[in-house]
Amino acid sequence: MSALTRLTLVEARDGLRARQFSARELTAAHLDAMAAARSLNAFVTETPEHALAQAAASDARLARGEGGALDGVPLAIKDLFCTKDILTTACSRILDGFIPPYESTVTAKLWDAGAVMLGKTSLDEFAMGSSNATSCYGPVENPWRRRGDNRPLVPGGSSGGSAAAVAARLALGATGTDTGGSIRQPASFCGVVGMKPTYGRCSRWGVIAFASSLDHPGPITRTVRDAALMLQTMAGHDPKDATSAPISVPDFAASLTGDIRGLRIGIPQEYRVDGMPHEIEALWRRGVEWIRDAGAEPVEISLPMTKYALATYYIIAPAEASSNLARYDGVRFGLRVPGDSLDAMYENTRAAGFGAEVKRRILIGTYVLSAGYYDAYYVRAQKIRTLIARDFQEAFTRCDAILTPTTPSPAFALGEKQDDPITMYLNDVFTVPADLAGLPAISVPAGLSDDGLPLGLHVIGRAFDEETMFRVAGAIESAAAFTAEPQR
Amino acid sequence: MSNLIEGRTGPWEVVIGLETHAQIVSEAKLFSGAATAFGAEPNTQVSTVDAAFPGMLPVINRHCVEQAVKTGLGLNARINLVSVFDRKNYFYADLPAGYQISQYKSPVVGKGEIELDMPDGETRRIGITRLHLEQDAGKSLHDQHPTMTYVDLNRAGVALMEIVSEPDIRSAEEAGVYVRKLRSILRYLGTCDGNMEEGSLRCDCNVSVRRPGGALGTRAEIKNVNSVRFVMQAIEYETRRQIAILEDGGSIVQETRLYDSHRGETRSMRSKENDFDYRYFPDPDLLPLELDAAWVESLKRDLPELPDAKKARLVADYGLSPYDADVLVAEKSHADYFEAVARGRDAKLAANWVTGDLFGALNKIGAAIETSPVSAAALGDLLDLIQDNTISGRIAKDVFAAMLETGKSAGTIVAERGLRQVTDAGPIEAAIDTVLAGNADKVAEYRAGKDKLYGFFVGQVMKETGGKANPALLNDLLRKKLAG
Repeated sequence: MSALTRLTLVEARDGLRARQFSARELTAAHLDAMAAARSLNAFVTETPEHALAQAAASDARLARGEGGALDGVPLAIKDLFCTKDILTTACSRILDGFIPPYESTVTAKLWDAGAVMLGKTSLDEFAMGSSNATSCYGPVENPWRRRGDNRPLVPGGSSGGSAAAVAARLALGATGTDTGGSIRQPASFCGVVGMKPTYGRCSRWGVIAFASSLDHPGPITRTVRDAALMLQTMAGHDPKDATSAPISVPDFAASLTGDIRGLRIGIPQEYRVDGMPHEIEALWRRGVEWIRDAGAEPVEISLPMTKYALATYYIIAPAEASSNLARYDGVRFGLRVPGDSLDAMYENTRAAGFGAEVKRRILIGTYVLSAGYYDAYYVRAQKIRTLIARDFQEAFTRCDAILTPTTPSPAFALGEKQDDPITMYLNDVFTVPADLAGLPAISVPAGLSDDGLPLGLHVIGRAFDEETMFRVAGAIESAAAFTAEPQR
Repeated sequence: MSNLIEGRTGPWEVVIGLETHAQIVSEAKLFSGAATAFGAEPNTQVSTVDAAFPGMLPVINRHCVEQAVKTGLGLNARINLVSVFDRKNYFYADLPAGYQISQYKSPVVGKGEIELDMPDGETRRIGITRLHLEQDAGKSLHDQHPTMTYVDLNRAGVALMEIVSEPDIRSAEEAGVYVRKLRSILRYLGTCDGNMEEGSLRCDCNVSVRRPGGALGTRAEIKNVNSVRFVMQAIEYETRRQIAILEDGGSIVQETRLYDSHRGETRSMRSKENDFDYRYFPDPDLLPLELDAAWVESLKRDLPELPDAKKARLVADYGLSPYDADVLVAEKSHADYFEAVARGRDAKLAANWVTGDLFGALNKIGAAIETSPVSAAALGDLLDLIQDNTISGRIAKDVFAAMLETGKSAGTIVAERGLRQVTDAGPIEAAIDTVLAGNADKVAEYRAGKDKLYGFFVGQVMKETGGKANPALLNDLLRKKLAG
């Protein structure tokens, strides 16, 4: 493994600026690492020529002293972000051969800042899943293994390819999207940092929609400071996204003072779910001790509506998805399977193009929006969503940030939870509420499970107060001093 | 006025509500920056938003909202400061996203009213239920290929206002007056060009019949009728069809029907049981539309004069009959033309010329008033020549015809053709003498009491003077001469 791939994003940026190495060298080192780790299946499209050309341009800019905030930094991009002239599939057969004639706002900002694209990473089809097993390109392997057990584990999902790539040192950072936990859960499973900002902070324009009111683009990195730096570039108001917030972007890295003295950190009592493994509980307790030692004050808070969050999510997200995915009809782009009539073409195309999980969610979503069921399901779910957001507002009158585990378990083996979708859905029990409420949240690697797998702690902040969230996450990162690395 | 229809088994009353789809006058579509010009090559006015490419998002066009609010104000309707865009989900090849963005539960405009002036002088008030914003779909072309359907997305995403009336309309004739009036208001506001041939204005007609004063009958909806005449014909047909079924002991099926203008009949499209479940829900890509009350007020302040107000003003200020005023205000351009002619002149004379000679001529040559070969100023000049006795009203008709043909001014034509009216007694007297001398027998008959011959003498003398004799002077002198 090259020393260059072991750098953090911030270190790499500083090294590039100091001309200690070139962007081409840094990019080549990552391309080599990618080639050596193809068995992980983290990337679905590698773009080495594109990357080297971008790196060369970066070197020219850096030589002139004109480098942008991320100039020369190689990144991986979740294949849900549309990239101009580069295959973009959402890991679904239905987008077979789709080459967007446009660049998503978030990735355009990254390229404008000089970042280099290594390739597109795998995800659960249309970001629907928590294991990255529903990708049409096959499952992604977690670079971690259980101690003494060589069975491949899932990287989590849906941003499993991005998390695995960052964990395996194939990229300095990656983009992800989080709809129910799709950045934070895989980050926790892969021992990296995953953060989703406040809803509206990062533009959704050019990001293939799963559930519009819940989709949050965000960064996956190896450190909290790297996440702050990457978000700095990704964030900002976009007039092309009506839900993008016209709010200025603060200096996130400046918030990483390490000083959390006097902050009140909420510990939600309802998150002690039944059957939570002791190692998760122990990690959480350790987290509380760390923040107390750092001078913050843990306070018990109550989020009583949390128990409805998962059910609410599994009504709203499929409802929006069923409508968002109607455009994949074989008429204008992607897969078309002909038929004798328009309806037959729709049926053939969508039957062949969508995987089982996507079909399941389209069916659920269609059902909950149907006449006679709409009020009982969708309308009630929206009301509960409002109550969940109110829970958080209430809690934030008593605390400045909230600390929970990221997931109720460490990474599991491929196929382990495949039979029962409900067990799979439970992966998101701690992450979903922040998506429903649109709040910024971050997963920080904080320890290892009994069998040596990474576990994350989860910090939720107030809306548009990523700074406090980062500050607390930074303190936890320092206290945890997580240095373990995946074996492969 | 009774609108009751006498059936075989007694009188029936028809109940009609109209849903009018009006294309908003706007350079760009409702949620994308794409252009909207009519008649462009297929699929040349389509953005990736209109074609619903992955990751594309709608952003509301402020101008279209302004147009809808102005229309609401013009219909004396309540403006809802908060409204919501919903998705109406259904699959069709020319609906790229698989849903239409529309407003379902919370429209931008609430209840309003339109006043109709019926030909018999009666005034009818028709309630407006609501006006909402929505995007148009594309167009499927089934006749371009033996087995394939072509799709043109130029229209996809174009901004429409759906204006829904209360079921207050009671006859096909009223429906026609309603659509004309609505179109006139939209055109005055500049919010819809009202061009039904190009599909800028289309009507869905909800029709049911009942016994007078009885409970509402089951309705049928006739979709997408695209002319005022067809609206009236479709309703007439549908009314007769429903009465015939009921009088034969049958019942009406709630359904969607199509009007076939070639056969003059409505045909079933689909029944309610086969109706789509549109699975409406608020579009999560768009925040609720919030309007600033002060902004709405400013739009209200800047609203142009609308047909009703203009009509009242033409009657009050120009002394026009309600009928003439009605004819003139139907189109703002007509009223503007009239006012340009009438200002400082005899308004009644101006109204007669505009509604009579000018409209007749434009009709004949198939020109709109905007492209009239005779401008308002030119017609005004012609009327000045009548009023200062340079030419007679009769000669003015000839001059007008020449103006239409040559584009020359009235003054030039009068001068070139020597049409200046003769106002000296001498030449007229001479002409009278000639005529009377040549028709001694008729003079004798007239003097014996055959008064009707007077017109004959007038005509002959006019002819003798080449039509140029001042009519009043001619009359004066002729009567004296005939009296002997």
